[in-house]
Amino acid sequence: MAEYNKPTTEKEFEENFAQKKPLMNTTEAFYESSRCLFCYDAPCMNACPTEIDVPLFIKQINTGNTTGAAKTIFESNWLGNACGKVCPTSELCEGACVYDGQDVPVIQIGRLQNFATDQAIKSGTPLFSPGADNGKKVAIIGAGPAGIACACELRTMGYTVDIYEAKDKPSGLTVYGVAPYKITNKEVLDEMDYLQKQLQFNIHYNSNISTSEQLKELEEKYDALFLGVGLGATATLNMPGEDKTNVVGAVEFIEELRMKQHKVAVPESVIIIGGGNTAVDAASESARMGAENVYLAYRRSKQEMGAYGFEYQLAKYAGVKGLFNVSPLEIVGEEKVSGVKFIRTQNKDGRLAQIEGSEFVVACDMVIKATGQAKQGSFLSLIDGLEIDGRKRIMVNSENHQTTNPKYFAGGDAVNGGAEVVNGAAEGKLAANGIDLWLNA
Amino acid sequence: MPDLSINFAGIKSPNPFWLASAPPTNSGYQVMKAFEAGWGGAVWKTLGVPVINVSSRYGSVNYRNTRMAGFNNIELITDRPLSDNLKEIEEVKKYFPDHAIIASLMVETKAEWEQIIRDVENAGADGIELNFGCPHGMCERGMGSAVGQEPEVLQTIVGWVMETAKIPVITKLTPNISHIVDPGLAAVRGGSNAISLINTIKSIVGIDLDTYAPYPVVDGKGTNGGYCGPAVKPIALEMVKELAQHPEIQSTPISGIGGIETWRDAVEFMLLGASSVQVCTAVMHYGFGIVREMESGLIDFMNQKGYETIYDFVGKALPNVTEWKHLNLKHKVVAKIDATKCIGCELCYIACDDGAHQAIRLSEVGGSRIPEIIDENCVGCNLCSLVCPVEECITMEQRDDGTEQVTWHEKTLANTIPTTFDDDRAGGKGHFVPKVTDALKK
Ligand SMILES: Cc1cc2nc3c(=O)[nH]c(=O)nc-3n(C[C@H](O)[C@H](O)[C@H](O)COP(=O)(O)OP(=O)(O)OC[C@H]3O[C@@H](n4cnc5c(N)ncnc54)[C@H](O)[C@@H]3O)c2cc1C
Ligand SMILES: Cc1cc2nc3c(=O)[nH]c(=O)nc-3n(C[C@H](O)[C@H](O)[C@H](O)COP(=O)(O)O)c2cc1C
Ligand code: SF4
Ligand code: SF4
Ligand code: SF4
Repeated sequence: MAEYNKPTTEKEFEENFAQKKPLMNTTEAFYESSRCLFCYDAPCMNACPTEIDVPLFIKQINTGNTTGAAKTIFESNWLGNACGKVCPTSELCEGACVYDGQDVPVIQIGRLQNFATDQAIKSGTPLFSPGADNGKKVAIIGAGPAGIACACELRTMGYTVDIYEAKDKPSGLTVYGVAPYKITNKEVLDEMDYLQKQLQFNIHYNSNISTSEQLKELEEKYDALFLGVGLGATATLNMPGEDKTNVVGAVEFIEELRMKQHKVAVPESVIIIGGGNTAVDAASESARMGAENVYLAYRRSKQEMGAYGFEYQLAKYAGVKGLFNVSPLEIVGEEKVSGVKFIRTQNKDGRLAQIEGSEFVVACDMVIKATGQAKQGSFLSLIDGLEIDGRKRIMVNSENHQTTNPKYFAGGDAVNGGAEVVNGAAEGKLAANGIDLWLNA
Repeated sequence: MPDLSINFAGIKSPNPFWLASAPPTNSGYQVMKAFEAGWGGAVWKTLGVPVINVSSRYGSVNYRNTRMAGFNNIELITDRPLSDNLKEIEEVKKYFPDHAIIASLMVETKAEWEQIIRDVENAGADGIELNFGCPHGMCERGMGSAVGQEPEVLQTIVGWVMETAKIPVITKLTPNISHIVDPGLAAVRGGSNAISLINTIKSIVGIDLDTYAPYPVVDGKGTNGGYCGPAVKPIALEMVKELAQHPEIQSTPISGIGGIETWRDAVEFMLLGASSVQVCTAVMHYGFGIVREMESGLIDFMNQKGYETIYDFVGKALPNVTEWKHLNLKHKVVAKIDATKCIGCELCYIACDDGAHQAIRLSEVGGSRIPEIIDENCVGCNLCSLVCPVEECITMEQRDDGTEQVTWHEKTLANTIPTTFDDDRAGGKGHFVPKVTDALKK
């Protein structure tokens, strides 16, 4: 038997994907906030990409001013609620908490953050309002964290903001990509709704911007544009057999899982190819969907995995087995996949080398490719004068996030190459201020 | 956004948060940094007669893992040259003309008072605070609390000051006195424009068990210090209330001091009549940054209650602080345990059984650790709800229907108070207590 039964109802799905960081109750929030030392030049704050004043909001929680705490959080980070749940906090704020130096459990900053923002969202307490109309208009392409953060910030300054989004929901990968045990769809969308109600930016859904004509039109209609387009679909492996049935991309698999939940059927044996966070997430999720044999196959060693250690631990706990130093050669099977042929690898003088004659086949019913997302290269090439770097990332001025086409600003995964929600939130906000400065120069 | 600005006896300040006269206001650098951080005013570290300080100077009461729940010092007034302080006051005022700088002063003779008042007025101070509070060192020289404890002397000195001063004068009182109204009245009668309180409370925070000397130890010896910080807040609140309710003092603005660290503390002082608050220990602990929490909390409170200015709620609790004899003897509350919240520590049981009124029994259901309240025995003392570690797990439920109202005062007038030792009309008559020998069974 697998660790998890196949979920057949919404309730069972929720149980299998029980929240890793559940909401704190008042007592826990009070105790936890009482422990915070209110450090000066707080390392937790410095480690947060959006530089939330962590000691301040924790003290506000401690004194019963949860509204003030929520305001402190949203003032720095428009996706404050989502971030409290999905940030890899042990790598960010919590990883920097000084208690670590005393071998005392660090302050649970993410959960405290959620405690405050969740109350504001659930009660619908308005904390912000749009600035007086300044007559200027900005178009945002992509309603992911970067686009949303940019929109909120611009609205507080009085800009009219129209977001063009290819899909039919806001928040980008926060709702389509992040593992369901980190945040529920409802939590993500409630925050979006809460922000939109207060700041009144427009989102045009199902509006993929894909032609030069569309871009020309936007350039004429708006004073500035922000690109928050993220990354593209899962990159291809360029390997024989990739076209067989049941060979899917990780991002696509996860998107379907988030949207259809228990209605997605995951077969008994799944092989995930890759070693990054997305690969580990897809593996974890397959196991939680009740798959019996889930293999995470990575061509290098365990130590070299790009994924965070805590994410891999979580996957192992869900029943995922690691296969390291194996490189896929071919996806085998008739019409449908029946296995993956691997060859063992080793590190030879710092280079990865295949070990001749070590080929073997692992049987499976499904292959999930998680070897990275392709970049938005062809779309970006439609924009005049927009330079991208060697790794296909949009080049920006790091202070104001302006691209090499001065009318365009950009942020989020499309600029940083793929980071976290919190980076998107930080960069979107930075760009909004960049746009404001540029338009008023 | 509510208006936080105040006009305190003529001293204007963008908000009611002031630094108390103490190490955080030792220098222009600090005061300027504090104004930058958001403080509305600062009472400069007391200027006056020359002193020499000792090392070390501070002691602390830690309560479990909470540091500085109480704080104690044996420091004197400023030991920096007067001329340097005056120069810095002038400089800070240039950068922050709308913030309040109040010069705290402590000298001995009339001539000295006149001179130093002119000096600080020339430097641009917005007000003066008379330090009649320091309970160590200075009092041995006939100043500080030695003045604060002698209402007549205090009134005379306030009189001298008022003859000379052209800017508002605040008299800062010592709590080291049994009846705070006496020096309060003396200050008002001397003509003081305002009152601030409390200064520190005479204290010994602990003894070193190896050297047999009190903290802070100075070369094997120690002395009593002045106590402040969160632990003194209740004492300060009571004293502020005493003055704010006194008919002859109530129209005099009061600056509340003592244990203020959060917006809640500040609002509590205001509700009891303070229209500015001063902070020392919390800033010595966490730095000037705490004012952002205080300001944000105050704004949120005012928004929630619909207040536009501080004056909309200053003193709002005063009508509800009355004498014991005016409390309703018919009001009856009984503890209630929320079984869904209880975590089974049984602290409420033992607190009530050993420390109060034997009104809680342990669960008789096998395996359950959720105690039960014995309604008939519960006097509604609150103890269980105070010891319970879970928020809102034990609440006090009202049992009277709110229609009856009888006070001790009314009973006295009606001649129905109990008069003999075994009077049937006394309160505890008929209240259940277990048999004496039941104790042996436990
Ligand atoms: C599987 C997975 C798991 C993750 N887990 C976490 C996690 O646990 N914690 C965390 O912090 N981060 C996580 N991330 C990363 C995080 O989701 C991203 O860093 C973040 O969402 C990036 O935000 P963005 O706004 O740049 O782009 P996106 O979130 O990708 O949003 C871009 C939006 O633009 C739209 N769009 C793109 N092109 C166009 C166009 N031409 N016209 C109109 N609309 C367009 C897209 O539909 C999308 O809605 C994860 C990512 C993945 C893939
Ligand atoms: C180290 C120290 C030095 C102080 N020096 C003075 C002083 O020079 N003049 C004065 O009026 N009060 C002085 N005080 C008293 C404070 O101004 C204040 O009244 C008292 O500390 C209570 O406030 P708190 O609980 O916020 O600390 C001093 C307090 C401390 C802790
Ligand atoms: S946004 Fe993320 S990194 Fe920043 S404080 Fe919150 S949980 Fe930590
Ligand atoms: S580092 Fe830890 S203790 Fe210090 S302010 Fe941040 S959360 Fe609080
Ligand atoms: S003190 Fe509170 S938590 Fe503890 S047993 Fe009593 S009711 Fe339960």
